[in-house]
Amino acid sequence: MGEGAFTLEMVSKRAEDTFRLGKTLGRCLSPGDVVALMGDLGSGKTCMTQGIARGMGVSASYHVTSPTFTLINEYPGDITLYHLDVYRLSGPVDLEDLGYEEYFYGDGVVVIEWAEKIESVLPIEKCFIVHLRYVDENTREIKISGPVDRMAKISQALSQGGFI
Amino acid sequence: MKVLAIETSCDETAAAVVRDGREVLSSVVSSQVDIHSKYGGVVPEIASRKHVESIIPVILQALDNARLDLDSIDGIAVTRGPGLIGSLLVGLSVAKSIAFAKKKPLVGVNHLEGHVAAIFLSDRTPVFPFVALVVSGGHTIVYLARDFQDFVLLGQTRDDAAGEAFDKAAKLLNLGYPGGVVIDRLAKSGNPEALTFPRPMRDSLDFSFSGVKTALLNYTRKREKPIEEGEIPDIVASYQEAIVDVLVEKTMRAAALNDMPRVAVVGGVAANSRLRSRFMEEGQKRAIEVFIPPPVLCTDNAAMIAVVGEHLLARGRRDGHDLNAVSRWPLETLLK
Repeated sequence: MGEGAFTLEMVSKRAEDTFRLGKTLGRCLSPGDVVALMGDLGSGKTCMTQGIARGMGVSASYHVTSPTFTLINEYPGDITLYHLDVYRLSGPVDLEDLGYEEYFYGDGVVVIEWAEKIESVLPIEKCFIVHLRYVDENTREIKISGPVDRMAKISQALSQGGFI
Repeated sequence: MKVLAIETSCDETAAAVVRDGREVLSSVVSSQVDIHSKYGGVVPEIASRKHVESIIPVILQALDNARLDLDSIDGIAVTRGPGLIGSLLVGLSVAKSIAFAKKKPLVGVNHLEGHVAAIFLSDRTPVFPFVALVVSGGHTIVYLARDFQDFVLLGQTRDDAAGEAFDKAAKLLNLGYPGGVVIDRLAKSGNPEALTFPRPMRDSLDFSFSGVKTALLNYTRKREKPIEEGEIPDIVASYQEAIVDVLVEKTMRAAALNDMPRVAVVGGVAANSRLRSRFMEEGQKRAIEVFIPPPVLCTDNAAMIAVVGEHLLARGRRDGHDLNAVSRWPLETLLK
């Protein structure tokens, strides 16, 4: 990302931290937002999405599970959450088949796992990009970047939560 | 009744003819595994295109093997969901076309109910009610099966499905696709107690397989030297054992909590040889009768769809030509 972007760096010491961090982020999201999660197997992408869902007001009666097989899971909340997993896709061409534009430019919030596979079609101007990196058994390094006008509020919320 | 069934929910194109929901006259499965193995998983765009290419030859083969033509079929059953929409639509469109052209009754079938119904094509069949574990690449769910169409959800995965945990481990260890089959084979020469992986057994009947995947990742990352080929059998045997332990324990607990002396284990992962033998052993120990379809009926097939189709058609169910595909269709909502 070029000018107008803003990056926050954090360290998660355990899965619960990643969940709470997601929850804090989820509270700051608005209809139409897209969150692109990038990181390897086991870096905490599904865990963070579970937090985001809870922060967005998705009822605890819904288990937010990996959509690797189903590709898209939808959860009703204060705002509808579309949870995509593009792990099995070969690239953006496959994504067209899913009708992704309806999700990216719709009224819900879209969270995408393995977003690095479809980077070229991400709506970069409004996208929050979250990099999760495995450090050791419990520790993950997490970087969040996004449009500068939105990141101020997120930065404030994360610092109140003790993450930065 | 002779039911022609069509199944295209994921990466297998399948058609079958089953008589009276019991006797398989033919069952043809055209797998796309070779195509998908290049990509390390199912690629939806490829899946739907291959379904288009295969579906007519597969149906003709199924009719031919059964020595029947379309006119002598009494009804058509087709998988309506859950699954990949693009793939489901291929089977659904063909089923509707045949039903319209030949004026045959049509019913849409839930893929998961099909997996459970596969048990009725086995030599030994349970009577309702029974506890059913549906375990595959996309699902890990325990139901109380009270009757056709009447399922109570008892427990489900909170994160990854068991089959997905196998696939992702195989990818992590560069073992190839489909991961479950490769791990099953390699684990046979390994020691299941060589390594200890977590067995998340919280009080509820829900499953969690994300932790065991991460534990394997930690194991590979923490090592000083790369994993050698000779070590793989022990690693995958131990990993498989952790998953199997959880599946067996939770399912048996579900049976005990519901006073149910019968358990059925169905779905693609039920083809895993270790899971089958462990379930049979535990069933004997706990005086619970265990039913598992033969492996060929565990993985996706159309014969299982015909069993449900027979039941629905016999009850007078008819679906219109506006029948649509659904990506999500929880089994416990069938009655609603």
